[in-house]
Amino acid sequence: MSDTPSTKRLDHRLPERFVPTINYDLCRVCRRCVNDCSYQALEFRESKVVSSGGCVACGRCIAVCPANCIEVRPVPPQFAPHGNWSERSRRSILAQASSGGVLLSSCGADDEHPAIFDDLLLDAAQVTNPSIDPLREPVETVTYLGRRPGRLEVCDGKVMIREDDTPLIRMDMPLMFGHISLGSISYNAQKALFMAAKELNIVAGSGEGGLHPDFYQYADRICSEVASGRFGIKPEYLKGVAAVEIKIGQGAKPGHGGHLPGEKVTTMISETRMIPRGTDALSPYPHHDIYSIEDLAQLISVLKESTEYRLPVGVKIAAVHNVGAIASGLVRAGADFLTVDGYKGGTGAAPRVIRDHAGLPVEVAIAAVDKRLTQEGLRNRVTVCAGGGIRSSADMIKALALGADVVMVSTSAMIAMGCRVCQQCHRGLCSWGIATQRDDLTARLDSNVAAARIVHLFRAWNEELKEVLGAMGIDAVESLVGNRDRLRYRGPNPKIAEVMNVKHIGEGWG
Amino acid sequence: MKDVCKPKGHSHECDCGKECLSVIGDRAVIDLHLSPTQPMHYTTLNCVMRKAMRRGCLSIELRGVMGQRYLASTASAPGLYIAVHGTPGNDLGAFLNGPTIEVFGNAQDMTGNTMNSGKIVVHGNAWDVTGLAARGGQILVKGDTGYRVGIHMKEFGESRPTMVIGGTAKDYLGEYMAGGTILVLGLNGIVPVGRSLGAGMHGGRIFVRGKVSPEQLGPGAALSSLNPEDEKEVRMLISDFVKAFGTDVPDDMSEYVKIAPSSSRPFSGYYDKTNV
Repeated sequence: MSDTPSTKRLDHRLPERFVPTINYDLCRVCRRCVNDCSYQALEFRESKVVSSGGCVACGRCIAVCPANCIEVRPVPPQFAPHGNWSERSRRSILAQASSGGVLLSSCGADDEHPAIFDDLLLDAAQVTNPSIDPLREPVETVTYLGRRPGRLEVCDGKVMIREDDTPLIRMDMPLMFGHISLGSISYNAQKALFMAAKELNIVAGSGEGGLHPDFYQYADRICSEVASGRFGIKPEYLKGVAAVEIKIGQGAKPGHGGHLPGEKVTTMISETRMIPRGTDALSPYPHHDIYSIEDLAQLISVLKESTEYRLPVGVKIAAVHNVGAIASGLVRAGADFLTVDGYKGGTGAAPRVIRDHAGLPVEVAIAAVDKRLTQEGLRNRVTVCAGGGIRSSADMIKALALGADVVMVSTSAMIAMGCRVCQQCHRGLCSWGIATQRDDLTARLDSNVAAARIVHLFRAWNEELKEVLGAMGIDAVESLVGNRDRLRYRGPNPKIAEVMNVKHIGEGWG
Repeated sequence: MKDVCKPKGHSHECDCGKECLSVIGDRAVIDLHLSPTQPMHYTTLNCVMRKAMRRGCLSIELRGVMGQRYLASTASAPGLYIAVHGTPGNDLGAFLNGPTIEVFGNAQDMTGNTMNSGKIVVHGNAWDVTGLAARGGQILVKGDTGYRVGIHMKEFGESRPTMVIGGTAKDYLGEYMAGGTILVLGLNGIVPVGRSLGAGMHGGRIFVRGKVSPEQLGPGAALSSLNPEDEKEVRMLISDFVKAFGTDVPDDMSEYVKIAPSSSRPFSGYYDKTNV
């Protein structure tokens, strides 16, 4: 026997994770599920629809079945139980021993570690401070994105508006859509986001992929992204939009670059990104013109010169352990707004090891940034945006109370469109037509319907925000920002409360 | 249109830099020596330049430039020619979109950052990260360049950036390169390029006159000799260089080597997509 690696088949077959189960008493054999399953997990055999393996629980078959006869069931544990060697750890080892590859994943970290948001309870007004009925009294949720004047200047009894400040972008709610590039999602999906942003009068991120010519009609609601790949940057991409954001990092993959595989670089994507068709679109890990805060200041300055000081220029970073000091550097470098992206934030593709194990929970990051900027007298100069795992209006409200001016959402907007968070974005086979470039799949998503659903969702969140503000006796969202006194911690680790500067349940005001 | 020349404290109709600007016909001269504040702030200079561009000047001559940054960023006027006497600062011609910039001196870092189209000619040296992420246009440097030059240049359709370096380039030349052409002439007669040459390149091509050893290559880059098409391109770039600087360049093609990517999909097979 030689010592060279075996030429025999190395793969070990892994047990299925999900199985679509069909109630044949109800099935009409229309085969819609078979046709719609982009993962080919269903097939038509011997006059009935059967599971053929590889189901990812995207839920498409359930939604399209006219007889309502499909159930997707998680397969119970198939390996001998072990408290330490989880099913996933063993599956990962088996897969990597077969492929030798870096495990790829998408969406946000899916570990079962509870979100700190769930350990926070909101306050409400009782007796000593009256609550407000938001259906009958005004409760203000308008929020501005950009550099704040810091203080008002009064001259002859009048408040002076200083002309030289960078203009602020008005948004009707303290919420913006994160940066999801054309490439990671489809044309129809990105169009729906932009349409919804316009309708909601908020801002949507362009992602690093340039801007499709059709989308310049939404430019006044788009924050264009300058990331390390510098894809699709043209003068109009910088000048005609609402704001420009330099992307340093992403919560799902701090310190990691971007990688759009060649299969997804279709003709449309190649034209928008301005790269040849079919080549991998790589965004380098760092910006090679930024190795320091001073270098970052230069990129901010050149973008301000390029936009003639008409737009806010922001910087987005992943939440990492030293996030407070870095945020201070960003403001000192001239950022008009900064975005902190927590480790549960989404991605179209990221190595699993980074997605699941690197970064900070956004709750802690917001508190750290707010605290540090306040200590240094910088907090009233910038807008702080935060995202990465905002699942509900409650999360949004808690994020604001922890110290964010604006929350950034992406995954929840995609769920509104139809995404079921099956975490297969990196395969480009999205059965809902969102994270794919395959024409037959993208055609399944109607931009108008998707946009309307997104608008519904966030209008509802904003109403819920007003309800909570009213219940707290607060009449403008600005008064909630950084108001950690209206939060209490009820989780298992009081140290977290201490770090976030949030009191424990049972502790009063005094 | 609001004239903003400084981030802070400028009224609508600013007149900063007026002492320096003279316009005759479509020719503007901005003499920085005449500025009452020395050295002139970059925001002022950029503002004066934008004013000259708005007036439709087709030629702008800058005299006495002393490290002012971000000159002509996003300049887009077609046919505009900008002459820079002195030493421009970092990010000269960033996002440039059409005009020609000629520097009679050295340029600093990040010249032609993310340029779209146009031309930058440097009669001296141009330092680190020159031509970062350029997507079109041409950069000609008579002297030497620094580290990480031509990183992540890319090409699309007719847009294909080219860069010619008369002297030498240091480490990481053409890192992440996704398109375009870099030619290093090595006219100073020493080692023309450094280490980690073309690291991670997955498109484009680098031509070097002189010796390149395989140890100098970064991952993903492969060394070869020139094919007839490459020779044609190199000769064209040499003629651009000669036209700009009037120097003689040896054009014996056997002295040149080519560095090109070993794959346009360097990471295919690197990832495992198993649903664990």
